[in-house]
Amino acid sequence: MPGEVKVMRRPEEKGSYVRAALKGMSVTFRHMVNPRNVTQQYPDEKWELSPRMRGTHRMATHEDGRAKCVACGLCPTVCPVNCIKLIPAEDENGERYAAVYEIDEFRCIFCGYCQEVCPVEAIHLGVHYENAEYTRERWVYDLERLCSQTQPFTALWDPADPASE
Amino acid sequence: MGALSTGHFVWTTIFKVIVFFTLLMLMIGGLVLFERKLAGFIQDRSGPNRVGPWGLLQTAADGLKFLLKEETYPHAAQMVFYLLAPALAMFPATILFAVIPFASPLPTGWGLVHMIVADVPVGFLYVLAIGSFGVYGVVMAGWSSGSKYALLGGMRGSAQMISYEVGLALTLVPIVLLGGGVRIPDLISLQQGWSGQGPHTLGMWLFLPLGVSFLLFFVTGLAETKRIPFDLPEAEAELIAGYHTEYSAMKFGMFFLGEYAHMLTTAALITVFFLGGWDIPFWSGDNIRVLADGTVIGNPTWWKTVLTFLSFTIKTGALVTVFVWVRWTLPRFRYDQLMELGWKFVIVVATAYVFVIAGAVLALDRIGVPLGLGYAGILAGLNVVLLGILLFVVDRGRLLRGAAYGLMERLGGPSPRRRSRRARSTVGGS
Repeated sequence: MPGEVKVMRRPEEKGSYVRAALKGMSVTFRHMVNPRNVTQQYPDEKWELSPRMRGTHRMATHEDGRAKCVACGLCPTVCPVNCIKLIPAEDENGERYAAVYEIDEFRCIFCGYCQEVCPVEAIHLGVHYENAEYTRERWVYDLERLCSQTQPFTALWDPADPASE
Repeated sequence: MGALSTGHFVWTTIFKVIVFFTLLMLMIGGLVLFERKLAGFIQDRSGPNRVGPWGLLQTAADGLKFLLKEETYPHAAQMVFYLLAPALAMFPATILFAVIPFASPLPTGWGLVHMIVADVPVGFLYVLAIGSFGVYGVVMAGWSSGSKYALLGGMRGSAQMISYEVGLALTLVPIVLLGGGVRIPDLISLQQGWSGQGPHTLGMWLFLPLGVSFLLFFVTGLAETKRIPFDLPEAEAELIAGYHTEYSAMKFGMFFLGEYAHMLTTAALITVFFLGGWDIPFWSGDNIRVLADGTVIGNPTWWKTVLTFLSFTIKTGALVTVFVWVRWTLPRFRYDQLMELGWKFVIVVATAYVFVIAGAVLALDRIGVPLGLGYAGILAGLNVVLLGILLFVVDRGRLLRGAAYGLMERLGGPSPRRRSRRARSTVGGS
């Protein structure tokens, strides 16, 4: 006897299609006249997002608008999917900066390692969704775009529970 | 008030065709939204609510989309039939409305205008004849698409519709036995409480004296409209979309319109045959009868036309609500269950019922019971008994068997008695 198959132990004489159908109809009728509507009216109402929600990136900036990134190269190294492209450069004061800094958000898996590894707290993930674009190229965020993002930074640990740090 | 002259008859008929067709299309639009809303409520959702206030323009947006979308033509399609099928699917359901009386006759300056597009003497024979056309659209679409899913859907659809058409026709025979004719306005006056001149009537809507017919007609009507639980021709889970898998844009839209028109038509037919048509219950003011030769009995006025039209709309609407409600409650039958229900239950019971009603009519006539409320009451009592037998005795594990019962048999079965009974029958679940 195959054990996976559910076998009806109810005697056939007691089975009734009409009665079962009417029972189902009464259930649906109760919902029909008194709908317990749980739909969220999405564009009008939105979810309250967790501060730890990991969405598309945002680069932290200095007061003068320069990116905080020092082009140390840790984030492209740690990135498991190689979605960060970094070409470092040095300015006249001998300070390193990122000449090219691009993140392919399509390739990104939002693990948050880049944020965790960053020594100057420059690159962050953001609490953000709704990233629709018309082309794939638009999904590659360059430095300027990363700096101009406005969503809140993702928290690496639960702010309500400092022990988790 | 006299009849219309020929000239007036022609233009009023053209006017009625235009008005009723427009009305039907508008009602379909409303019905689609209504069904989606109701489905939403049943499933604890809101239904469409984005386009227009309360989603009222959703159907208009859908229609616009149907018109603007790209038409695709499968490479393997048989073009002539492929293009013909959507029209054939829509046409029978819409022209069936021609013989359905919407309201009591309207007196105008030119004469009495009947609120029925074509008062054909063959009445509901026309309904059966045109209703059978529906199968052509389905089978043509399935065969000409050049797709195996469409073909399977078309085959299932044709087999199902042909099977249930037999039952559908048989359930209407008792109406002829009682009414003595097939002209549809006569059937409506048969159901009105009548004490004036003209032939006598039953004074009772036919769903009481012909309860079994009503039940069977409802079931076969559902099957003919190919709605759940009889939607095997479309069976999304198995056949993508069945016979209209390969259709896009407005060609699909026509199948869609046809399906909803068919639903409205079926509801209207049940109203006319079993729920008194446009008759308003417990009120004799609306007893207006137009005999086949044009004689008018009763006092038609314009406000009676409006009231009776409302009555007709309410009844049809209630039936449509039940259709929608059934659709979002019941699961689909298996194909063997469908065929068993059609051939071994509906047709058998309908045939037996014809004999029962014929016998009852004969007996009542011999005893000398006059055609009227008492006559109908006796028949209603008989039907309550028959319905009780059908629903409580025949239904016990015999009407529709679950697959698990056949499985239990194959696995040994719990009791020797059951095994012996099952050994005699070869049907069900196996």
